[in-house]
Amino acid sequence: MIFLFSVALKLFLDGMHRIFKLKFYTSFPSRFPEEAGILSAWVGTLYVMVGAIFWAILLGVPAGIYLEEFGGKGKLARIIEANITNLSAVPSIVYGLLALGIFVYRLNFGESILTAGLTLGLLMLPVIVVATRESLRRIPRAIREASYALGSTHYELVFHHLLPYSIGGILTGVIIATSRAIGETAPLLTIGALTFIAFLPPAPWKDLIGMLKSPFTVLPIQMFNWVSRPQEAFHQNAAAAGFVLLVLCLVLNSLSYYLRYKVRRKYYW
Amino acid sequence: MKVETKKKLDIVFKAFLIITSLSSILVTFAIVLALIEDTIRFFVHPEGGGFPTSLFRFFTETEWTPTFVTKKIGIWPLLAGTFLIASIAMIVSIPLGLIIAVYLSEFASWRVREAIKPWLDFLEAVPTVVYGYFALLAVTPLLQWIFRFFGIEMEGMNALSPGIVLGIMILPFTASMVEDSIRGVPQYLREASYALGASKLRTAFEVVVPAAKSGILASYLLGISRALGETMVVAIAAGMYPNLTINPLEPVQTITGYIVQVALGDLPFLSFEYLSIFAAGFMLFLITLFFNQLAVYFKSKIERY
Repeated sequence: MIFLFSVALKLFLDGMHRIFKLKFYTSFPSRFPEEAGILSAWVGTLYVMVGAIFWAILLGVPAGIYLEEFGGKGKLARIIEANITNLSAVPSIVYGLLALGIFVYRLNFGESILTAGLTLGLLMLPVIVVATRESLRRIPRAIREASYALGSTHYELVFHHLLPYSIGGILTGVIIATSRAIGETAPLLTIGALTFIAFLPPAPWKDLIGMLKSPFTVLPIQMFNWVSRPQEAFHQNAAAAGFVLLVLCLVLNSLSYYLRYKVRRKYYW
Repeated sequence: MKVETKKKLDIVFKAFLIITSLSSILVTFAIVLALIEDTIRFFVHPEGGGFPTSLFRFFTETEWTPTFVTKKIGIWPLLAGTFLIASIAMIVSIPLGLIIAVYLSEFASWRVREAIKPWLDFLEAVPTVVYGYFALLAVTPLLQWIFRFFGIEMEGMNALSPGIVLGIMILPFTASMVEDSIRGVPQYLREASYALGASKLRTAFEVVVPAAKSGILASYLLGISRALGETMVVAIAAGMYPNLTINPLEPVQTITGYIVQVALGDLPFLSFEYLSIFAAGFMLFLITLFFNQLAVYFKSKIERY
């Protein structure tokens, strides 16, 4: 904990001159440290994270439901389960290599927001599967039996009962996974996120395909770029960007704690 | 809705669930496929010397310079850097993790535990690039200042500072896993120890910890595999020079650091440099897989009381 505070303090002191300036958030990266900002970085982070959350929920929640409710002790379920445990222990940079080899070159998605979203989504997948399973497990058997006794089908059971009761736990898992993925730099570096982007991707409501195909940069990569420069002034920028990241993570984590607390109080079995 | 339509919908729904679950297997296959295919291409690439020679050079040469004109492809400098930093991390993490875990599960009151746990969770979520910044611009200058008293000059890039930071970084992860396995030790063992007149401290370290040793070992193995695969801290603070050394004061390069270095440049698809990061990544994948499987093995051996 002392360590955490010293990290935060160091970032805050180093980046103080930047953090409170509005210009830092509204300007593009630049060759001149005083004028450089994180506009394209935080917009890129936003788009990439929306994509990642979309993919992670689309694949993770149904997988969790299947494994917990319908997979039983079958062979298939056991294989998938072992597989997910293994996936969660694969280093994140290996996901980056996967994305570079498969998405960028073999499927030709390019070094785009789409690729980045998919990659981070896969990275978040194990966390969300585990969270889904754990919150489903907390629902008592009686609910399921009562629902079947009234003649409901499997999907009715899931959509009318299981999902509403477990949504808090699932959301908590999603938020925790998001706070991890926001800080992930390595896999995005390998797929070739650019560090110098002086334009914004087109807005998704105007040109969805164009946005998905657009090159991007994200906060941690912008920070990495600034750290690895020799000039002192860029280090200040890096510190400020790092502080923004740290605050983002803190906010997401507290949100997940709040949700967990609320859910705990909402349902009593 | 008619019963028939409902039945059909149900089948569609179940198929959807199964397909999404299978996607995780697909991901694993994709990882293995991409890694193996490009690793094979790396070894048959003419610039590496063709198939049997390149494999031989991979394990016998002592320099790693696939990006230079004279290409040397000995993996040892990268492995040495990777393991050097991981061992420094473990030297920091093993005693501290054990102390934190024992304190939290044996000594801390419920109130203290509830107050500390969220912070440990949060430490785990801190972006690694932030730790990298901290290692380069706070820990390294501090170490340089300390070492100057002993008359030792340390380079700005070194293995020691990212190793220490990495050790602290995996601390919350290992500590919470060790704590879980310590908590699995049944209460009667503690009570038996107290009955024999042992103090609380002695009970904790001579009865509880040995009883949980399989679980603790498994936690640390997972911690090691995390430290091996960690990227940003070492890419920022350890340097970019593949160096076959065990001196922690020198700059080293890890497998992950090398991948970042090459990926930052422009990569022509299927060039020798491009393929080399897949070969290095495959090594990393195998090593972490080995440690993970070892951890799974020790977990399965956890004593049931």
